[in-house]
Amino acid sequence: MYVPVKGGETAIAESLKALARNRRGDPSVPELSVTQIREQMRGAVDRVMTEGALYDRDLAALALKQAQGDVAEATFLLRAHRATLRRMGHCEPIDFLAMRHDRHISATAKELPGGQILGATYDYTHRLLDFSLMEGAALLSPSRAAGPDDLGAAEPAMVPAPFPHYDHLPAEKNGQGASSGQEPTDITRVPLRPPYGGSETLGHLVRGEEGFLTGLAYTRLRTAGASHPYVEDLSVGEVEVFVELEDIGFTVSIGDVEVTACRMVAPVLDGVQSDLSPGFGVAFGANERKAVAMAAVDQAIKSGLDAELVLAHGDGVEASGYVSHLKLPHYSDFQADLETIRRARGGHD
Amino acid sequence: MTETFAYLDEDSKRCVRRTILKALAIPGYQVPFIAPEMPIAYGWGVGGMVVTASLLGRDDRLKITDHGSDETVNAVNIRTFFTRTAFVATTTLTREATLIQVRQRVPEATLSEGQVVIYQVPRPDPLRAFVNSAGEAARMHAEADYGRVYTRLFEERTGSRSVIQPGYDYPVMVEGRYLMSPSPIPRRDNARLDNSPAIQIFGAARERRLYALPPYTRVESVAFEDVPFDPGLPEDGRRCVICGCATSHLDHLLLSDDGTSEWVCSDTECCSQRSEENAGA
Repeated sequence: MYVPVKGGETAIAESLKALARNRRGDPSVPELSVTQIREQMRGAVDRVMTEGALYDRDLAALALKQAQGDVAEATFLLRAHRATLRRMGHCEPIDFLAMRHDRHISATAKELPGGQILGATYDYTHRLLDFSLMEGAALLSPSRAAGPDDLGAAEPAMVPAPFPHYDHLPAEKNGQGASSGQEPTDITRVPLRPPYGGSETLGHLVRGEEGFLTGLAYTRLRTAGASHPYVEDLSVGEVEVFVELEDIGFTVSIGDVEVTACRMVAPVLDGVQSDLSPGFGVAFGANERKAVAMAAVDQAIKSGLDAELVLAHGDGVEASGYVSHLKLPHYSDFQADLETIRRARGGHD
Repeated sequence: MTETFAYLDEDSKRCVRRTILKALAIPGYQVPFIAPEMPIAYGWGVGGMVVTASLLGRDDRLKITDHGSDETVNAVNIRTFFTRTAFVATTTLTREATLIQVRQRVPEATLSEGQVVIYQVPRPDPLRAFVNSAGEAARMHAEADYGRVYTRLFEERTGSRSVIQPGYDYPVMVEGRYLMSPSPIPRRDNARLDNSPAIQIFGAARERRLYALPPYTRVESVAFEDVPFDPGLPEDGRRCVICGCATSHLDHLLLSDDGTSEWVCSDTECCSQRSEENAGA
């Protein structure tokens, strides 16, 4: 029973029990392990790491298990955990050109130096339910990987990605917002307030809800007069993270992270100033929808899309929190509103 | 894989064919259509695939290109889909094909009567470049109220920019009545739509619109009487490194990190044909 005023304690305790039962499902079915989720639900894990803003596959998998696979809830759990961690500082600007590619494509160039590397992608799959997966790996269909050997880790291609050349255009612009050498804005410490800096915008976009950004990017594609952006470079692979240790004056590598990065360009026509306007998107793990949508939105902001609309509304934890708050008791303000309506109609006084 | 020939159920296909007939009866008019889900993402050619699936028969011979090439991943993927679901014969030769599904190019080879060219269309309504309201765009089409299109063309022509937009997907007038998107083909390809002996069908699944050009339809790129349409041909003397052609549409091919590049024909069929002729001569 929904009791907003009294008796809440017992109700909440029972609700938690019910939730735990729901999470576990049928007890006769073996329980999912966090390792299984980490290894076999990578799409969800990567998304939760990105929007949860914490590169930790195990914790993201745990969050997903706890949240019954609800990505928004898992993101919330990870974000809440992240808030308890001590801030160590920031890393050096990541060199995306030194990425070890698992996938590297460009939609603007027919061929890339080092070759277009298709890598693992859903893009060219046919979206047909593979019923052989119903019964587990024993029934591998011939249309998929031929054997266990082929399912092993592929050797990543070790080709650095150079920036493409445009014959008639002036020097490359850095599409990555934050210029190196500047202290990046920590969006967990600096409240959002205009004007929005480059690294601040990037930070909010990275944590931004994937569906929201995808929807925004989509509205831009259908908006009259907006220019059509191009995926100039889309890479999935590992990059190395460096941190400067101020005490000893060294910059050391603290490890690799898997990322998806997308550079986008859109033509901007303005007489002799005509140029390509850049956009940049990045996400942890393999998450192309997010990286491409983010790059498109980043480009749109640079071309005049209201930055506040995006940055103030893009956070999934904030958005789902506020939208779900509508379920809270609201009867006192509702009563006041009713009162106002009655007065406006002349039913009172 | 589904048991149905060409993936879609027969009722859906019949419904799409009815839409096609209506579209052929009103050339250039965007007919709403059902565009059932295909197992390939919207934006990747579903509109073309729905049309192809609806028209395919067992005796058809299918050619699929993307950017003029039979070998690009997207073309290969869609072709594989139809060979798996409809077991039809495929070809890379335009003259042998009965159905030709294309993206971003019109085949350069000569088309003939009885053939159907199917275009994948992302933005079916050229007026969406001018107005955000679908209702307003529909009214403008109904009243042939295309003044804004010509006004912008005039402004671009006379303005300081003096750059005519767009370089691709440049709108055309069909039989002097409907403004139509030729799909995102290069401007120079617009001429190939005009007076074609083949049936041309344009499918936009995500936008749920389908339109068509019956054979020998008059298709003119938007222009003024005294200022002809500019097909935007390159003037830098570029040539295909494979066949040497200077007149076909060429793709820029980046070769190495230092920016070395070459031009190659986008239409792979015509390019290899020219290469063979060169070798024979």
